[in-house]
This record gives sequence, C-alpha cells and structure tokens, in this order.
Amino acid sequence: MALQSLDIAKRSATTTEPPQARQTLEVAKLIDVSKCIGCKACQVACIQWNDLKEEVGNCGGTYDNPTDMTANSWTVMRYAEVESEERGLEWLIRKDGCMHCEDPGCLKACPSPGAIIKYANGIVDFHQENCIGCGYCVTGCPFNVPRISKKDSKAYKCTLCSDRVAVGLEPACVKVCPTGSITFGSKEDMQALADERITELKERGFKNAGLYDPAGVGGTHVMYVLNHADKPSLYSGLPADPTIAPTVSLWKGFTKPLAMAGIAAAALGGLFHYVMKGPNEVSKEIEAEVEKELEAEK
Amino acid sequence: MQLSRRQFFKVAAGGLTGSSLAAMGFSPTAALAEVRTFKLARTTETRNTCPYCSVGCGIILYSLGDRAKNAHAEIIHIEGDPDHPVNRGSLCPKGAGLLDFVHSKNRLKYPEIREPGSKEWKRISWDEAYSRIAKLMKEDRDANFIARNADGVTVNRWLTTGFLAASASSNEAGYITHKVVRTLGMLAFDNQARV
Repeated sequence: MALQSLDIAKRSATTTEPPQARQTLEVAKLIDVSKCIGCKACQVACIQWNDLKEEVGNCGGTYDNPTDMTANSWTVMRYAEVESEERGLEWLIRKDGCMHCEDPGCLKACPSPGAIIKYANGIVDFHQENCIGCGYCVTGCPFNVPRISKKDSKAYKCTLCSDRVAVGLEPACVKVCPTGSITFGSKEDMQALADERITELKERGFKNAGLYDPAGVGGTHVMYVLNHADKPSLYSGLPADPTIAPTVSLWKGFTKPLAMAGIAAAALGGLFHYVMKGPNEVSKEIEAEVEKELEAEK
Repeated sequence: MQLSRRQFFKVAAGGLTGSSLAAMGFSPTAALAEVRTFKLARTTETRNTCPYCSVGCGIILYSLGDRAKNAHAEIIHIEGDPDHPVNRGSLCPKGAGLLDFVHSKNRLKYPEIREPGSKEWKRISWDEAYSRIAKLMKEDRDANFIARNADGVTVNRWLTTGFLAASASSNEAGYITHKVVRTLGMLAFDNQARV
C-alpha cells in the first residue's frame, strides 16, 4: 500500500507530478443501461460500503430516490420516461454518478493541493482531508457530480471504491448488481464487452446502440452502453459532448500561469529595486527644510 | 548592470533565504496520495443466507475483530457471497441493506406474546414460547382433527390451524418443515416468499 503513492497520475494544484515509474492497469466500469432494471441495489451497496446514511426524503413524482445526488448518495438511479413514434413509451433508467474522466474538470478547477487525486489506473478520488470546501470542483465538473456536505463543508462523490480496487476487488455497486448490468475490469476489456453488447442490441433493432465514452473529457473510466447512443440527452440529460467549462480552462490554463508570472515578476522586481536603489529614504536636509516650513506656517 | 560589493552580498543573501525556505518545507508539495485503507482487512467472515425471500442468496457477514477472547464481535458489513451458486456475489437492494436490518432498533430479538385482550407485548423465554405453541397446537388439533369424512374415508385433516414458514430455508430445512406440517394433517401451509 505504501507504494500506492507512486501510482498517481495527477494531483490538484500541484506542479510537481510523479514520474510514473510503474505501469498500472487502466480500469473501467461499464454500465449497460439496456440491462438495468432500476432496482437500486447499487445505491444501497454504495451507501453501505462507504458508511453513509441518507435522510428519508420526499417523493419527487418519479422513482428517483433521493431526487438528486447528495453528499451521502454518490450514485442515484435516474428514471426517464421517453416517448417516440418508433418505439412508443420507453423507460430509460441510468445510474448517475462520477464518470472518472481521463481529463477531470474537477481536478483542473481545484485550488487545494492534493484534494483531488487521479490515480494511474484512472480513478479520480477526493481526499477530504485536503479539501477546503470552495466548491470549484462542482463548477469544473461537466457532469454536475460533486456535492458539498452540509456537515463538514467538504466535497464528496463516487470514489469508484478506490479502497476496494486497490486490494484487487471490484467496486461495491458492481458486485451487488443482480442483472449484471454493471461490470468492472480493464478499460480495454470493458470496451470489448461493450462492443459485443452493442452488436447484440443492434441485432435486436436498436440501430443507434453505442458506447458512451466521451472524447471531450479524454474518455471516461465509467462508460455506458446506451440503446440510443445518438441521443444521450434522453437518459435524464446525459451531455452529448461534455467538455470542461471554458471559464475553468481559461482561468486554470491561461490566466493562472499569467498571474503567477506577474506575481513572480513583481517579487523579483521588488528585490532588484531594493538591491539597486535601496530603501526610499528622505534625507535629513530635506526633512529639516520641511520642518522649518511647517514651523513658519504656524 | 553595475553591482557594488554591498549589492552583490544582498543578492546572494536573498538567494540563500529563498533556497533555505524551500529546503525547510515551503517548497511545492510532493505529489503523494494514499487510498483509504481497506475496511475489511482483518474482519472475520461468516457465511449466511439472506433472510428476506425464498431466493435464498448467500451472504457474507464481516465482523469486527479476529475472534480473540477479549474482542467483542460486531457485524460491520454485509456483502453477497461470490461462491454461492444462487447469487454469485450479487444482491437485491434489500439484501444489500441487511446491515441496517441487523442493527435496527425495531428488530425482534426474542419471543414476545400479546395475550388475548391485552394491548401489551410481553417478553417470554424460548422455552415458554415453544411450550405454549405446542400446548395450544395440541389442544386445537385434539378438538378439531378430522380423521374421516362423512363418507367414512380416511382424510386426516386439521383445518383450524395454519403454518407460516420462513423463506430463507435450504432444500433440506424446507423438506423437514413440509414433513412435520403435513404429518400433523395441516392444510393451510405457506411461507413468506412473496416479497
């Protein structure tokens, strides 16, 4: 476990990144939306594994319970009733949660060193001990996933059970899934598995079936098999082409280095000015002159 | 740029201060991180069967401690049993939430009785419960057992008592329950498999 520290790929607000001495398997979770029956076993397993407790909420008119992700519910099933002329009424159920982006917007936006870690295996993890609760990750996330806890004002989201994966186990939601809708393995294997399933779905008449692994965030380590991959927004507003918000990219990619250079230049300039010119002192002669004038005015 | 001897010393001192600050720990933090420790690392695993429905999923109870004499065991986590042929590690939301069932304040832990006409539940011992059930069953059976019907055909029926069995039974336990109940002549016999 101690060497785990070397297996990190990115760390928030840190410029000294580890050299990646070892090679780690890239993992992925595949959620086959077409196999999901919406039983919410994954939600319960997540709460149990992570020792969370959700408040009893209110019914929002759908089966979504709780109605949105919270600091205690890191995954929520979203039920969408979609009507089309071709297929009539369809119930599209999607397990919502962190997508574990290859290029995580939350990590990019985070100003606190080490609060967000991306491991070499692709898992993006929040380390609450370093979190300052600013909520920038919420703005940085293209999928609107992180939630700030009302109890300790720190950000929480799915960890892809990094503690389980670290000891060679699958995430809790994957293990519990009774229909085998959620699977876990190497990203490569999951893509192959998705391909097989997509071929099956196409044979069954879902001609637009496909894999959701959006390139806008460099691909994700949580992927969906969608039976209507041409219209991801049908699945309770899954973004068709998610990207990190331009404000975050502009601020962290362009403005921040510029501002840092400005601060460094000012500090260096100050030092050189002090060395070359010295402190700006008023000579005794001028002081005496001014005092004389003041006295004369009195 | 012309530097006097004094200015040169000042620049050198500034440089030294900067590098000393970095050396003393004010440098950018190293990119280190640990994952959360695995909470089941030294727990005791006990195999069991989910008590809810008749599917009978295999579960593993993870309890605190290594069974040392002075360590008091406590179930801290429950998961599906990957080696169980029925569910192979998976569970439904009810089974996945079993830990809360185990630790529920409302969980029934001992036999209780509410006498006819009474509003109160009274705690009794297992012995008392078994004796009472056996006694009442015998009384009722002796009074209402039908050995032969009107045509004189042997029927051996006992229609005034029913039996509701548990669902989380193995084939063997189910077989024995069935034998006992049918041997008594009871016809109303069901289990709570309807979840």
